[in-house]
Amino acid sequence: ETGQPHKRRRTSEPSEIEERLESLICRVGEKSTSSLESNLEGLAGVLEADLPNYKSKILRILCTVARLLPEKLTIYTTLVGLLNARNYNFGGEFVEAMIRQLKECLKVNMYNEAEYLVRFLSDLVNCHVIAAPSMVAMFENFVSVTQEEDVPQVRCDWYVFAFLSSLPWVGKELYEKKDAEIDRLLSHTESYLKRRQKIHIPMLQVWTADKPHPQEEASRLYLLYTYLDCLWAQIQKLKKDRWQERHILRPYLAFDSILCEALQHNLPPFTPPPHTEGSVYPMPRVIFRMFDYTDDPEGPVMPGSHSVERFVIEENLHCIIKSHWKERKTCAAQLLSYPGNNKIPLNYHIVEVIFAELFQLPSPPHIEVMYTALLIELCKLQPGSLPQVNKGHLLEVIMCWVFFVCFFGWLFFVFFSSFDRSDCLTQDLEKPKSKFVREVLEKCMRLSYHQRIIDIVPASFSVLSPANPVCIYKYGDESNRSLPGYTVALCLTIAIKNKASNDEIFNILKDVPNPNQDDDDDEGFTFNPLKIEVFVQTLLHLAAKSFSHSFSALAKFHEVFKALAESDEGKLHVLRVVYEVWKNHPQMIAVLVDKMIRTQIVDCAAVANWIFSSELAHDFTRFYVWEILHSTIRKMNKHVLKIHRELEETKARLARQHKRRDSDDDDDDDDRSSDREDGPLEEQIERLQEKVESAQSEQKNLFLVIFQVIMGDVFAASFVSWSCSCSEDMGRGLSFYLQHHQIIQQYMVTLENLLFTAELDHHILAVFQQFCALQA
Amino acid sequence: KEKEKEKEKMCSGGTLSILRSDSYADLSQYRDQHFRGTRYEQERLLRKSCTLYVGNLSFYTTEEQIHELFGKSGDVKKIIMGLDKVKKTACGFCFVEYYARGDAENAMRYINGTRLDDRIIRTDWDAGFKEGRQYGRGRSGGQVRDEYRQDYDAGRGGYGKTVQCQ
Repeated sequence: ETGQPHKRRRTSEPSEIEERLESLICRVGEKSTSSLESNLEGLAGVLEADLPNYKSKILRILCTVARLLPEKLTIYTTLVGLLNARNYNFGGEFVEAMIRQLKECLKVNMYNEAEYLVRFLSDLVNCHVIAAPSMVAMFENFVSVTQEEDVPQVRCDWYVFAFLSSLPWVGKELYEKKDAEIDRLLSHTESYLKRRQKIHIPMLQVWTADKPHPQEEASRLYLLYTYLDCLWAQIQKLKKDRWQERHILRPYLAFDSILCEALQHNLPPFTPPPHTEGSVYPMPRVIFRMFDYTDDPEGPVMPGSHSVERFVIEENLHCIIKSHWKERKTCAAQLLSYPGNNKIPLNYHIVEVIFAELFQLPSPPHIEVMYTALLIELCKLQPGSLPQVNKGHLLEVIMCWVFFVCFFGWLFFVFFSSFDRSDCLTQDLEKPKSKFVREVLEKCMRLSYHQRIIDIVPASFSVLSPANPVCIYKYGDESNRSLPGYTVALCLTIAIKNKASNDEIFNILKDVPNPNQDDDDDEGFTFNPLKIEVFVQTLLHLAAKSFSHSFSALAKFHEVFKALAESDEGKLHVLRVVYEVWKNHPQMIAVLVDKMIRTQIVDCAAVANWIFSSELAHDFTRFYVWEILHSTIRKMNKHVLKIHRELEETKARLARQHKRRDSDDDDDDDDRSSDREDGPLEEQIERLQEKVESAQSEQKNLFLVIFQVIMGDVFAASFVSWSCSCSEDMGRGLSFYLQHHQIIQQYMVTLENLLFTAELDHHILAVFQQFCALQA
Repeated sequence: KEKEKEKEKMCSGGTLSILRSDSYADLSQYRDQHFRGTRYEQERLLRKSCTLYVGNLSFYTTEEQIHELFGKSGDVKKIIMGLDKVKKTACGFCFVEYYARGDAENAMRYINGTRLDDRIIRTDWDAGFKEGRQYGRGRSGGQVRDEYRQDYDAGRGGYGKTVQCQ
């Protein structure tokens, strides 16, 4: 056999076999007619047979599942254990490969993956693949990171966490073999935890304990940046329980007789890679709890918040979401088929984990709308059985809808949890609960229509119903004909209806007197608020029918807008008039502002100034205002990043061009020709550099405007420049800070007292500083 | 920046095909028969498109509602309402264009198959809006599906056109 057919066969087979191997390995543990044990045994046999030809591929696949499928940790450690028992050398090579992978992950700041690898390695002790003393030695090196000087606290945090978080799996085995060493490690850990800096924002203790609870955390919703302390408490309890852990599925127990015959390997001495400039450690985590043992009295008891089972369950559920976030049906099915369903209130855990992700800081790991879609899929699979948080409300309906309609999901949850329906009516409309309901109803209206909301809201709640989103045209009525500019407005209306051009519009507007000055300077368009008023009111009124109509109007008369809004005051006034016309329709205001920024009729700083102006003061705590502010900041940040990227790409192109030239054998020393080649790219780079600088200064200016209001001029300037020096991506850092500030500001109990007080700002600033310091 | 590149290499070198699955964002079987160009060109455009076709809307669903819903997966660039060719009124579909493809993908993953105005809406990739595509292609001016529909659908003009003519 020679020639093509033979060749073809050889090149197509290996990748098919690799696919098959990957599929076999990935699917073990899924629903099957045979038991997990027999599937594992069968797979171990198949892989052992394939080792001679496909060893490196099998190694790669197993290392990858260890890193990417942590929810199936013990299944794969068992598999590796069986392989090691059959082939000692393979076991050794696997351990080496895992260590290499761990080092790589740490080098490139993949700390989540590294955590799973460490856990995998520690469970291999249970499978007799790795000798316990060598694992303890690795943990000793981890904990000794806490002795390093001049390193960020978050670095020490991670290594301590990697140690503690492996103990639910391997604590028992390690303590049996090396109790003195483990005790020493635990004591070192304890002293580290005592001396490390804690940050917490003792947030909104909104969830009032209306049931008597002995536990200190019972029924409380608060944010702690002390996730380590929570884990520490869990491990302490585990130790007190003599390391008895009953939740984790351990398939290797069934193979004990085989595995204990296997020879173990020693982990090579592992020194944590040193801290470098480029090291970025994970942010401190937030522990979020909403259920405890008193919930669902009919079903299985929820593991206590200090039990290690709680930790393991949450970890695994988070991993499942991380694996399947793109496939909402699969994700829901996988979550619901998490083992232990009859011993734990699985549905409660699932809901809690989902909310925990939504409330993660600075932002949830996935887009918010994923979680609503996931909740809907969960409801479809388990209709009627998702937990009720508050008596009388069908959680599955309200939760999905609330999240689907609301911007700051977590705040809504916070209020929702203490939501007693009649409460918000008897109280002042300005009270948080009432405001909350009004905002929810407004958001609901956006997804349907005004009359529907009026129809479904009970009469007793009607005071909280949203306004009818109609436009307010000040020149509309004959009775307004005494208003200055009324006749011009009429003129404009007719002209626009007759498809007037921009020039014709300019002509008509020429006749509008300027209330600001004595002599009308109609050479340029100095700020004339009346002109702006008449034009913008009339145009928006004519285009009020839909978003598309309004956008077309903005586009058609862009020239006029640009001229009228040339000055900063002009921009501000345009925004004011937009508000006056559309104050009943916040959604319309938001889309118009967005369009005007994108078409450069107004700039981001103008929007910020407008938001903080006195005219908007009474609407300041309404969600749409912050929606607009955040959207503006986001656009600004995206713009800066985009230009940055363009600059980097162009620089890279130039570098490649140089490289190509250098590698050419051509000894042609013609400098001019190479300059000529470089010319256009270098020009482009210069232009982009300027663009980057101007974008960055615009961004800085935007934040200055915002923080000047929040903390006063002097403070703002130094804060912004300090923030720039702190983090490369200033935009993101400051956005994050702003989110915090806004939230605290909006929902502190006595709004009035705390709004804009120096104390509040210093407190928030201190928290933010600490937060930054963790990463410094 | 170096680390970012190495990180990407690590991630792409070691993924699992079961984790790559993204069925909601994949192309469907549907291909617009009126598309001018080759199948290859059509699929190329579909794979880089930021525009979605949205179907099974109520005739009364407004641009505002659509903007609110689809705004959940990212900034919406433009919405073009589908119109009855004769009446020039909404006939139950629209196009939603995003600035970024990633936002459109998220809409396919999380908004497709959910409710708007109490109707399960359907989204699909679109090769890009062209003038004329905002009109229904049914003989009566609305969408083809409303020509032959036998059931009564209050949100879509009642009975299908052929039924109405009987």
